[in-house]
Amino acid sequence: MSDNRVKLSINGMTKKYSNGEGVADIDLTVHEGELVSLLGPSGCGKTTILRVLGGFLKPDKGNLYLDGVEITHLPPEKRPTAMVFQSYNLWPHMTIYENLAFGLRLRKLPASEIKESVARAVALVQIEGNEKKYPSQLSGGQQQRVAIARALLIKPAVLLLDEPFSALDAKIRSQMREELKKIQSDLKITIVFVTHDQEEAMAISNRIVVMNRGGIEQIGTPEEIYDAPSTRFVAEFIGDMNFLQTQEGKVMAVRPENININIDSNGGDNLNGTIETMMVMGHFIEMILNSEKGRIKAFLPRGGNRRFREGDTVSFSIGAHRMFTE
Amino acid sequence: MHIWKGFYFAVGRRRFFEFLAFSAFLLFFFGPLLNLVMLAFSDEYTYPSFLPSALSLKWWTFVLSQKNLASSMALSFLVAITTTIAALLICIPAAYAFARFRFPFRRFFLFSFLITNAFPKIGLYVTMGILFYKWNLMGTFQGVIIIHLINTMMFMTWIPAGAFRTIHQEQEEAARDVGASRLRVFFHITLPTAMPAILVASIFTFLASLEEAQGTLLVGLPNFKTIPVVMYTVIFDYPATAGAVFSIILVLPTLLLLTFARRFVGTDAIAAGFKMK
Repeated sequence: MSDNRVKLSINGMTKKYSNGEGVADIDLTVHEGELVSLLGPSGCGKTTILRVLGGFLKPDKGNLYLDGVEITHLPPEKRPTAMVFQSYNLWPHMTIYENLAFGLRLRKLPASEIKESVARAVALVQIEGNEKKYPSQLSGGQQQRVAIARALLIKPAVLLLDEPFSALDAKIRSQMREELKKIQSDLKITIVFVTHDQEEAMAISNRIVVMNRGGIEQIGTPEEIYDAPSTRFVAEFIGDMNFLQTQEGKVMAVRPENININIDSNGGDNLNGTIETMMVMGHFIEMILNSEKGRIKAFLPRGGNRRFREGDTVSFSIGAHRMFTE
Repeated sequence: MHIWKGFYFAVGRRRFFEFLAFSAFLLFFFGPLLNLVMLAFSDEYTYPSFLPSALSLKWWTFVLSQKNLASSMALSFLVAITTTIAALLICIPAAYAFARFRFPFRRFFLFSFLITNAFPKIGLYVTMGILFYKWNLMGTFQGVIIIHLINTMMFMTWIPAGAFRTIHQEQEEAARDVGASRLRVFFHITLPTAMPAILVASIFTFLASLEEAQGTLLVGLPNFKTIPVVMYTVIFDYPATAGAVFSIILVLPTLLLLTFARRFVGTDAIAAGFKMK
C-alpha cells in the first residue's frame, strides 16, 4: 500500500493567529503513496496545517520538506502541491474545460497535449460531456470532481484535500470517498486529507492524525486509533465509548461492543444492570443499561435465543478496555 | 362618471387604486419626456396654448447648424472617455484594496467617497477653484478631467469593491495553487469575475461625465465647451425648444449604454457595491 520512502515531513512547525488559535510544534511524516487524514473537531488546527502545506500560510517556526527539498518558503505557485477546497474551487467565468486547462496553459504546454490530458482527467473523475458547461451548471458533487481533476492535472507531488466532500449529501459523499480511494490507489499519489468526520477518516485513510486544540493527540492506522486510543480525547472522539469510574481515581474506557451481555443466565460473577432502552439497529441491538457503574451503552449481535425487553435485568462482563487517568 | 364607476366595480377596489397609482406614475415619469419630445419638434410654443401651434424641424436645424456643435460633441466624448479610463486606473486598485485588505481607517476612507457626493457641488468647486488657480489648472483639460473624476470616484470604487468582495478567497488561492502568480491571478481570475460590476461602474462614470455641466462650466470655460455647457448657454439665449433638442441629443447615448448595461449585467452587481462592509 505505502512503501517507506518519506514524501513529506513537517518538523516542529508552529503557526499562531493573533487570536491565539493555531497549531504548535507539529511533527508529521507522510510516506510515498500514503493517504493521511488530519482529523479533529473544528478549530483544532487541521486546516491550518493543510494551508501551511499549500503555502497559503507562513509558519512562524519549523520546516517543511517535500521529496527531501525544503519548501517552507515557497509561495503556492512554486510548490508541487495541489489543493482541493471545501467549496468555491472553480472559477465561475470559465467553462469546465478552461478551468481544467488553466494550470496546463500556464505551463505553456502545446494545445494538443492539454486537450489529451484534460480528456483523461475528465474520464478519470467521470464528468465526461460537461466540458463546455460553466461551474454553476453542475451539481455540488460534479464541481468537486472537477476540482479534483484540476488538482491532479498539474501532477502534484502531494494532493491536499480540505474537507472536499463535507458540503455534499451523505450518499454522494460516500460514493466520492470510494472513488477518491480508488483514484489514489490507481495513481499511487500521496494525499493529505482534512476532515472532521471520523467515519470518513476511518474509511479512507492509511493513517489518521487525531488533532485537538492545536496539537496532535495520536497518529496511527484506523485500527490502532480505534482499538488503542492513546488519550482520553481520542477515546471520546472516535466511535462510541463508555467511560466508567473506578476506585483508583482512574477512568475505564470500554467500547459498547466489548460489553458482553450474558445471554444464558442472570447473576453470577458479573455485573448487573437493567435495560433502560433498546433499539434494533439492523444487524445488532443497541442497549442502554442502568448499572451500579452508571449508564452503559452496549451492542449485542442479533439472533440469540433469548428475547430481551426493556426493564429486564441482565448480567454482563467487561471485555477489552483501556484505563485513563482523570 | 358612469364609465369610472363601472370600471371600479369591474376590477375591484384594490386593482382600481393600483390602476390610479400606476397612471399617476406613468404621467410623472413619461409626461416630462413626452413634453420634451413635443417641444423638440415644435415650431413655436407660447404660453397659454398647451400644444404647439405648428410642428417643424426648425430647432433641429438651428441646433445642428451651431458651428461648435460637432467639436463640442467630440470634446464631450473625449472628456468622458478620458475620465472613465482615468477613473478605472485610479479606482480599481483602490476598490481591490478596500475589498481585500484590512487597514486602519478602512471604513472611514470608504465612507469619505460618499462625502464628496453629499456636498453641495458648487461649494466644493469654488473651494477647488482656489487650488486650481494656484496650480494653473483653470481652463485646462486636466482641470476638467479632475473635476469629472471627483464626481465618479464613489461609483467607481464602491461598485467594483462590492464585486471583489463576492469573489471567494478560495477561487484566487486555487489559481495560485495551479501555478499563477499574484498578478496573473488578478488579471485571469479576479478581474474577469468582477467585470460585470466594473462595466456597470464604467457606464455610470461615462454617463456622469457626459452630462456634467457645473464643474466644466466653472473650470473649463472659455477653452472647453462640452455639450452640456453649450446647452446651458443655448437655454439662456434661445427659446426652450432649442434646449429640448439638446436634451434629446444628450439622452441618446445614455439610453444606448443603459440598454447595453441591462443586457449584460444584473442589478445584483450594482446592489453589491453599496454594502458597507
